[in-house]
Amino acid sequence: MEAIGVLLTFPMSSYLEQQLDKRFNLFRLWNVPKKAEFFKENAAAIRAVVGNANAGADRELIDSLPALEIVSSFSVGLDKVDLAYCKEKGVRVTNTPDVLTDDVADLAIGLMLATLRKICECDRYVRGGLWKRGDFKLTTKFSGKKVGIIGLGRIGTAIAKRAEAFNCPISYYSRSQKPESKYKYFPTVVELASDCQILVVACPLTEETRHIINREVIDALGPKGYLINIGRGPHVDERELVSALVEGRLAGAGLDVFENEPQVPEELFGLDNVVLLPHVGSGTIETRNAMADLVIGNLEAHFSKKPLLTPVV
Amino acid sequence: MADFQPPQSITTTKNNLPIAIVHHTPIFNLSSFPWILEIVNPIDASDPLFSIHGPSARAVIVLGRSPLKSEHLDQYPSVEIVIGTSAGIDHIDLAECRRRNIKVTGAGDAFSEDAADYAVALLLDVLRRVSAADRYVRNRLWPVNGEYPLGNKLGGKRVGIVGLGSIGMMVGKRLEPFGCTIAYTSRNKKSQIPYVFYSTVLELATVSDALILCCALTDKTHHVVNREVLTAMGKKGILVNIGRGAIVDEKELVKLLVEGEFGGAGLDVYEKEPEVPKELFTMDNVVLSPHKAVLTPESFEALRNVVIGNLKAFFSNKPLLSEVNPTN
Repeated sequence: MEAIGVLLTFPMSSYLEQQLDKRFNLFRLWNVPKKAEFFKENAAAIRAVVGNANAGADRELIDSLPALEIVSSFSVGLDKVDLAYCKEKGVRVTNTPDVLTDDVADLAIGLMLATLRKICECDRYVRGGLWKRGDFKLTTKFSGKKVGIIGLGRIGTAIAKRAEAFNCPISYYSRSQKPESKYKYFPTVVELASDCQILVVACPLTEETRHIINREVIDALGPKGYLINIGRGPHVDERELVSALVEGRLAGAGLDVFENEPQVPEELFGLDNVVLLPHVGSGTIETRNAMADLVIGNLEAHFSKKPLLTPVV
Repeated sequence: MADFQPPQSITTTKNNLPIAIVHHTPIFNLSSFPWILEIVNPIDASDPLFSIHGPSARAVIVLGRSPLKSEHLDQYPSVEIVIGTSAGIDHIDLAECRRRNIKVTGAGDAFSEDAADYAVALLLDVLRRVSAADRYVRNRLWPVNGEYPLGNKLGGKRVGIVGLGSIGMMVGKRLEPFGCTIAYTSRNKKSQIPYVFYSTVLELATVSDALILCCALTDKTHHVVNREVLTAMGKKGILVNIGRGAIVDEKELVKLLVEGEFGGAGLDVYEKEPEVPKELFTMDNVVLSPHKAVLTPESFEALRNVVIGNLKAFFSNKPLLSEVNPTN
C-alpha cells in the first residue's frame, strides 16, 4: 500500500505517524507552506485523510481531494468532519469509539483514593523532608464510602464497577432512571449529594448540565463530602466550589478539569485537601496507541476491500 | 510518655480492671489508644509502681511498632499473652514468644482494607502520574508548558502480588474490575483462588508488569526483592511496597531508578524510616508516602474492637479473635 497517499491533518501521535509512514505515502498537512500548490501536485494520490477532534475534514478539504475515499479519525467525536458531505460524496468515515472509558474511570478512582488518602500531600511531606520532624496526620478510609455518580453512561458505569470492588454502595442521578441498573436512583442531584460521601461528575456537558454542581449541591454534600470531577470544568460552578473548599464547607475535591483551562483558581494551590490534575483523564500511551492501531486497521481494511472495523459513514 | 499518666486507681484497683503492661517506645503512646484505659489498668516499665504490679501482669499490649524482644520479655515474667496493635508484627520476637509459650495476637483484618486501598492508590498514582501532575499544576506549569506527558494505563497490566494474605486478597479483588491480570506468590499455593501461583518472587516478577508487596517481613522475605527480581520486570517495571521497607534491597532499587533501568515505584515503607533516599525526591516516576497506608480513624476504630475483643477473651478464657499463627 506504499503508493497510497494518506494526508495527516495534525501531529497527534508520534506512534501513529511512525505506523502510517511504514505503510503508506504519508503527507503531513501542517508542514505544507503553500496549500494550493500542494493540492495541485498531490491531490490525485491522496485517497485517505487522518484527522482528529481538532483538525478533521471539512467541506473545503474534501473538495480539494477528488480521489478521497476514506476519513479515518483519531477521535471519538466527529464534529470536525462534515459527515453529511462525506455521505453525499461516498467518502467512508471511521472513528475510535469506546477507547477512553477505562482510562477516565481509572482516573476517577485514582482521584478518589488520592484525595481521601491524601497521597499527593503525603508525597509533598516526604519530599519536603518533614517526616523526620514528626508524624503525618490521619487520612480518610475509601473502602465502603457511599459513592454517588452523576450520569450513568459508559464512564459512570465503569466507575461504579470499580468502586463496587472497594465495597462502596453506589447510587446515581441521570435524566431518567435506568431500569436495568441495580444501583439506587435519585431523581435530583441534590438528593444524590445528600445521600453520598463522594460525588463524581461523569455526564456529558450540555446546556442542562452546565453548573450542575452549584452551591445547593455542595451544601447537600456537606463538610464531610468529597467532589470528584472527571467530566468538564463548566459542570461545576467553580467560584462556589472554591469558596466552599476555602471555608471548609466541603471536605475535599479531586479535579481533572477546570472552567478556564489551563487556568486553575489561585486559591486552590494552597489547599491540601484538593488534588489538581491537568486534564489527563483520557491520556495514556496505551490508549493513544490503541487508537492509532484502530485508525490504521480501518485504512488497511478499506484498501484491501474488507469490512471497516468502526464505520460511522 | 509525655501524654500518658497512669491512673491513680492502679494502687487500689478500685475499678476492678485487670492490670496490663503497656510496652512502647517514646513515639508510640497511649494518647493514640485512649480506649485501652476502658479495659485494663495500664502500667509500663518506667512506672515507679512497676516493681509491685509489673511482675504479676499476665498481658502485655505492644503499642504501634515498638520492638518487643527477649530482654523485654525477661522483665515481664508472668506474661501469657502479647497483644499487637499494628498491621505487621515483625517488631515482636515471635520465636521467643513461642519458646516461652506466650500467645500473640495481631490486628486481624482491622487495617487490611486501608492497606489494600493504599496499594491500589499508589499503583494508580505511579501509572497515571497523579502526584507528579498535581505538582505540575501547583507549580503553575500547565499554562506555560501545555499538555502534561501521557501516563500509562492500568487495564491489561499483569500485576504480581507478593503475599496473598487478607491484604493481598483484597488488593486482587480491587484490581480485577480494572482489567488487570493477577498472579501471586505466597508461602503456599492457595486452593480455590483464580490467580496463577508462582513459587518464587523471581518467577512472578518475570511475568509481571508490576509487583505489589503485601507480605510480612521475616528472615525469608528480607531483601527478597533484589536487583535480579527488579530487572526481571524490565525497564517499565513498577514496584509498590506497602509491606515493610526491608523486603526490598532499597539501594538496588534506587540505583536502577537513577539509571533509568526501572519504571517507577510507589513506596509507603523504607529500610531506615524516617530516612528516605534523597535520590528519589526529584523523580516524577515515584510516589513517596510516610508509612501511612493504614492510618485512618476508621481502621483505628476497627483496631479498638479487635484489641478489646482479644483482651476480654483472654481474661475470660475464651477463644482469641486474631491469634497469630504460632508457626509464623
